[in-house]
Amino acid sequence: MAELQATQKMKTLLKQYFQDFFSLENNQKPKIAWCTSVGPAEVLIAMGYKVYYPENHGAMLGATRLSSDYIPVANAHGYSPDICSYLTADIGSYLRKETPLTKAYGIPSVPPPDILVYSTNQCHEVNDWFNWYARKLKVPCFGIHPPWKIETMDEEKTSYVESQIHQLISLLEEHSGKKMDYDHLGEIVALSGEASKLWRTFLEYGKLKPSPISFFDGCIQMAPAVVLRGSQAAVDYYRELTAEVKALPKDASAVSGEKTRLYWDGMPIWGKLRFFSDLFARLKTCVTVSTYCNSWIFDEFSDLNPVKSMAAGYTKIFINRSENFKEQTLVALSKEFQVDGILFHDAKTCPYNSNSRFAMPERLITNHKIPCLTINGDLNDLRCFSEEQTITSIETFVEQIADSRRRAGA
Amino acid sequence: MEIFGGIDLGSSYTKCVLINKKHELLASHIVKTSISFQTNAETVLAGCLQQANRNQNEILSICATGVGRSNCSFADFNKPEIICFARGAWHFHPKACIVVDIGGQDNKVIRLSDEGQQLDFKMNRKCAAGTGSFLQEISRKMDLTTEQMNEYAAKSQTPVTIGSFCTVFTATEIIHHIRTGQDINGILRGVFESVVKRILEMDPLAGTVVLTGGAIARNPVLVDIFREKLTHAVFIPPSPQMVGAHGAAILAAETWHREESERHK
Repeated sequence: MAELQATQKMKTLLKQYFQDFFSLENNQKPKIAWCTSVGPAEVLIAMGYKVYYPENHGAMLGATRLSSDYIPVANAHGYSPDICSYLTADIGSYLRKETPLTKAYGIPSVPPPDILVYSTNQCHEVNDWFNWYARKLKVPCFGIHPPWKIETMDEEKTSYVESQIHQLISLLEEHSGKKMDYDHLGEIVALSGEASKLWRTFLEYGKLKPSPISFFDGCIQMAPAVVLRGSQAAVDYYRELTAEVKALPKDASAVSGEKTRLYWDGMPIWGKLRFFSDLFARLKTCVTVSTYCNSWIFDEFSDLNPVKSMAAGYTKIFINRSENFKEQTLVALSKEFQVDGILFHDAKTCPYNSNSRFAMPERLITNHKIPCLTINGDLNDLRCFSEEQTITSIETFVEQIADSRRRAGA
Repeated sequence: MEIFGGIDLGSSYTKCVLINKKHELLASHIVKTSISFQTNAETVLAGCLQQANRNQNEILSICATGVGRSNCSFADFNKPEIICFARGAWHFHPKACIVVDIGGQDNKVIRLSDEGQQLDFKMNRKCAAGTGSFLQEISRKMDLTTEQMNEYAAKSQTPVTIGSFCTVFTATEIIHHIRTGQDINGILRGVFESVVKRILEMDPLAGTVVLTGGAIARNPVLVDIFREKLTHAVFIPPSPQMVGAHGAAILAAETWHREESERHK
């Protein structure tokens, strides 16, 4: 399928977003907060900070393959090749004083932070990542630590995270010298919620057969859902994007002649998006749904109780849940999106978002008769990825599914 | 006579098999894989044609497989090697089984149903530990032929534990064992046991196992160790290294007959 028209607008929005970090407001530099990608950004925005997301930079380093240059730099400074390769790529880039943001958006460096805020809801290594910058740049760092591997969300867990967000607000009030305007926070959370609903609408077009969108469209289109959360611009963008997809002909397909549909679990392999997109197109296979793109859907967000709704929304995400919850979710999504199988990406440096490591594929095959394949790779470290092995595995998996369909007489 | 061909362009060896319409073997040929997949494929095909006293234009269809499968210009189509090994193994053992293929650079575990349907499969991670290349590297490092390695290992019933995941570190570990005066037969037995351990780390192998691949064909000690470790039956096809090529030839025959019957509908 041709590139969605809205994408051009997204490029303009992103350029503006990055350039704003270096624009003066009333002759003053903006206050900048760094935040994890599924962290409590709305609180920071409501307090007047411009929010920058290091994981977005990590993904950009991967997509441009600059991570291959920067990861070894961090390794040489004592950061193991076995830890998060967003972290090592980003720190390596900082040490080399280089960033692809300069070429892409014309800014001189990553935006310098005044404060660092993370949540361990997706990953526990962000603690080490953000604290490296806290030591290096001598700026305060605050972490939210939600309960992990949650089976059932309840009031106690929500309250626990809610109290941590309130602690963060107190720190920010002290840091900025301003009081939190809770009505404004409600507006910001409502905007995030609205954008999130539209993002869900976009992703749910993957339920159509053939699917007009693929995981690879999602990887491109998700940028505003991450970096423009809490803004009207994100809402407007996803309104336009969903309208564009809705207007496509009924038989529009992301993959020409779609025959097989897959679920992608785990991180993208950023430096190989084109490779995978071409491989799946050749195999007439569409990846219609993914854990990764769904990570920025927050149904709970509400302006009625913004802090509590953030606490719930950011804690109950898939990646932070128990094996049992994940299994049930994967089964349900596989049915909803009519997939023929699930492809697990076991990312060498991302244990938290590699869901194959506790025998999930074996349980899905045995208990739910869902064909599964695990491929080895990494989000950013291409030293951990073999094209040949991956091609053989995926071609075989698609053949296996086709053979099974033939035998079933479908 | 209807003739079909299968060519397996593997990372270590290139193999060719010609079969008739009953899938019976007519000829087979093997050469070491060198820098040109195409030349290797031409050589093994020529070897087979000479053996069977046939011409290439008599072959109705050829399927290529293996890592170089897309580099064989005269093949009618290609299939991934896992599909071909599964089909080949099923030809020799037409019952539910687990195919374990130990190739030059990767290991595969393929589960087949009673009907020969591929249920699932696993490949080793991006690492040569436990593959044919691992054994080649140890052979080179110890300056022993494959035959010598097998001869020495067969004499020992007390394998020295080789614990490393890494081929290079295993070589270092072996040097340590030699230096500390361990029995060379036991060290080599340990090397072969480590290959079997790597496979058992991939899958519990709870069912009849069909062993295929060059490492199985060339290392009888490996087969002995599998039989020793597994509680289920172990089946070895007549030419374990040629199973992928044979499977490819069968797929060529089946595809040709399917298309032929569609043409005559």
